[in-house]
Amino acid sequence: MKIQINDLHAEINGLPILKGVNLEMESGAVHALMGPNGSGKSTLSNVIFGHPAYDVTGGEILVDGENILEMGTDERAMLGLFLAFQYPVEIPGVTVGRFLKRAADLHAGEGETKTTGFVKRLREMMDYLEIDQQFINRYLNTGFSGGEKKRMEILQMLILKPTFAILDETDSGLDIDALKIVSKGVNKLRDEGFGALIITHYQRILNHIRPDHVHIMYQGRIVTSGGNELVDQLEAKGYDFIKQEFGIEEEHDVESVTSG
Amino acid sequence: MSNPSPAVEIEDYKFGFHYPDASVFKTRKGLDEEVVRAISQHKNEPEWMTDFRLRSLVEFRKKPMPNWGGDLSDIDFDEIYYYAKPSENQSKSWDDVPESIKETFDRIGIPEAERKFLAGVGAQYDSEMVYHSIQKELSDQGVLFCDPETAVREHSDIVKKYFGTVIPYTDNKFAALNSAVWSGGSFVYIPPGVKVDIPLQAYFRINSENFGQFERTLIIADEGSFVHYVEGCTAPIYATDSLHSAVVEIIALKGARVRYSTVQNWSSDVYNLVTKRAVAYDNATVEWVDGNIGSKRTMKYPSIWLMGDGAHGEVLSIAFAGKGQEQDTGGKAVHAADNTSSVITSKSISKDGGIATYRGHIKVEEGVKNARSHVVCDALIIDPESETNTYPYMDILSDDVTIEHEAKVSRISEDQLFYLMSRGMSESEAAMMIVNGFLEPLVKQLPMEYAVELNRLIELEMEGSVG
Repeated sequence: MKIQINDLHAEINGLPILKGVNLEMESGAVHALMGPNGSGKSTLSNVIFGHPAYDVTGGEILVDGENILEMGTDERAMLGLFLAFQYPVEIPGVTVGRFLKRAADLHAGEGETKTTGFVKRLREMMDYLEIDQQFINRYLNTGFSGGEKKRMEILQMLILKPTFAILDETDSGLDIDALKIVSKGVNKLRDEGFGALIITHYQRILNHIRPDHVHIMYQGRIVTSGGNELVDQLEAKGYDFIKQEFGIEEEHDVESVTSG
Repeated sequence: MSNPSPAVEIEDYKFGFHYPDASVFKTRKGLDEEVVRAISQHKNEPEWMTDFRLRSLVEFRKKPMPNWGGDLSDIDFDEIYYYAKPSENQSKSWDDVPESIKETFDRIGIPEAERKFLAGVGAQYDSEMVYHSIQKELSDQGVLFCDPETAVREHSDIVKKYFGTVIPYTDNKFAALNSAVWSGGSFVYIPPGVKVDIPLQAYFRINSENFGQFERTLIIADEGSFVHYVEGCTAPIYATDSLHSAVVEIIALKGARVRYSTVQNWSSDVYNLVTKRAVAYDNATVEWVDGNIGSKRTMKYPSIWLMGDGAHGEVLSIAFAGKGQEQDTGGKAVHAADNTSSVITSKSISKDGGIATYRGHIKVEEGVKNARSHVVCDALIIDPESETNTYPYMDILSDDVTIEHEAKVSRISEDQLFYLMSRGMSESEAAMMIVNGFLEPLVKQLPMEYAVELNRLIELEMEGSVG
């Protein structure tokens, strides 16, 4: 799968957030997207999935050459895209088991997944991610701790086996053990046919999931791309060097509307 | 910003079909003493019942229409047929039920349900029960399950003792109307200590146009007994309105437990104005499970009078108000004895301009010790056109009480839809999943078959053009 984002502009409530994003990604590689708070990282992931709160005001997103901007969120998911949410949403009354079975059936296409096979695979993946089996009967994300929610996102990813996954700050708020488990989940899928975009503030997740490409976002644009050395550079100098090198002084801080 | 309203559409009502009116006897339109006498004569009733009907008619005329709740101003009492007899005899075998009536119940699935999971079935078509049967081992234990007309003839001692005692004909305008023209319904008596493990069901079907159905149900659970009674209802869709006005009385004697479940799915032209009340004596339990999916306007507040020490009452109310519908529902508990407890749980969904109203009343009588009540009202609004209201009345005349009330109104959020759609679900499927989840804690308390039925009905209401 090839994802090409060309000169993408988007706004929320009339406030421009993305101001000409250019980015090319392909399955078979793991990309990291880094940048300070409010640079537009989460907006980018929401716009790729067509969140109704955002308006695209220019540019295009092509998946294997096809513009997906007119597609519904569900249609985009069915292309093989997956979004691990920064803030997974609580769905009271809907059990994890029921929800995942339905989602797996949708992704299986023609023939539904056999319940016995599905439950077996679900239990295996839960063991792998060290999630208590009791969670099958719990209501989706309802009353889960932050770490449990994040693990549930990774469980969904392992069950739905997307071609390309976007992980939106999946590492934030996780302790080191949870971080290792989440990374294990991503690395399990890592092969020729799978690609991912890891959105993060911090270096630490990238010690567990080594990215092939690193992109830095600032003030609504990708300001530089490179390899792992960029991560080390950021770690050494902090985001200040990005601001000094790529910042445009007169722009307002948009942190308050984009972090979330 | 996009419109947060999910694209869900109501599917056609599945039970809107009707067969030609083949009544063997029908009173003329409208209501007067002659009509009431005709009904009574047709049933060969004893004089005391005829007198009861005539007294009720006077009361009906005196009582004003309720000036609260749903708008009832369109009801024209002169345009309604109050009695239509569908067949000459009541049958104990489906083979003896007239063909078009049997076909109707086949299409609704009653004989199949009876074979699979019911201990006894009564089926009412317009004014009369056309079919009634009960498993032999239950009747051998002394369980009585028949239409009230039969009970008036054959068990008059029990009927006289309890009929109209829980809901007197003077209670309200529609209870008075029912008392004047009642026909059909169920009479249930469970002897002391007998536990009926599988449900008894009554099914109510309106076939005639401009028709009023006024069934009457009386359930007496003797000491230490248990019964689960279930009722369902549907009607054809006509251009004009029909009226359904039932009276249901339950008496749970010492230590008895009665569960009464309703899945109401009247067509969208039926006014559903029902009075349901139970009395619970020492350590008795009464549970009302009241699902209201259909009708044009429903006003129904199942009540429990906790008359004995340690009595417990529960009302679980589920309402779905779609286009043109008003569901004014809730529950009432009166604590008239020490150590009594009540739980009222209401879940409503309003959609396409529908109005769902919770109306509840908790009363604790003076001097009552250790009364506990817990009321939870959750409303889910699907789109900006729809409405929900909550009217919780409290009337607490004692100090020794624990009362909790929680109310919550939620909307299907954009973020919930986005989350589920990002996993491949269409917008309408995502909305349906959220609605099902909203009802889940309540639905899972129903026996499986009824949970499935209720879920299916709500999914029909929510279903859009998926994909």
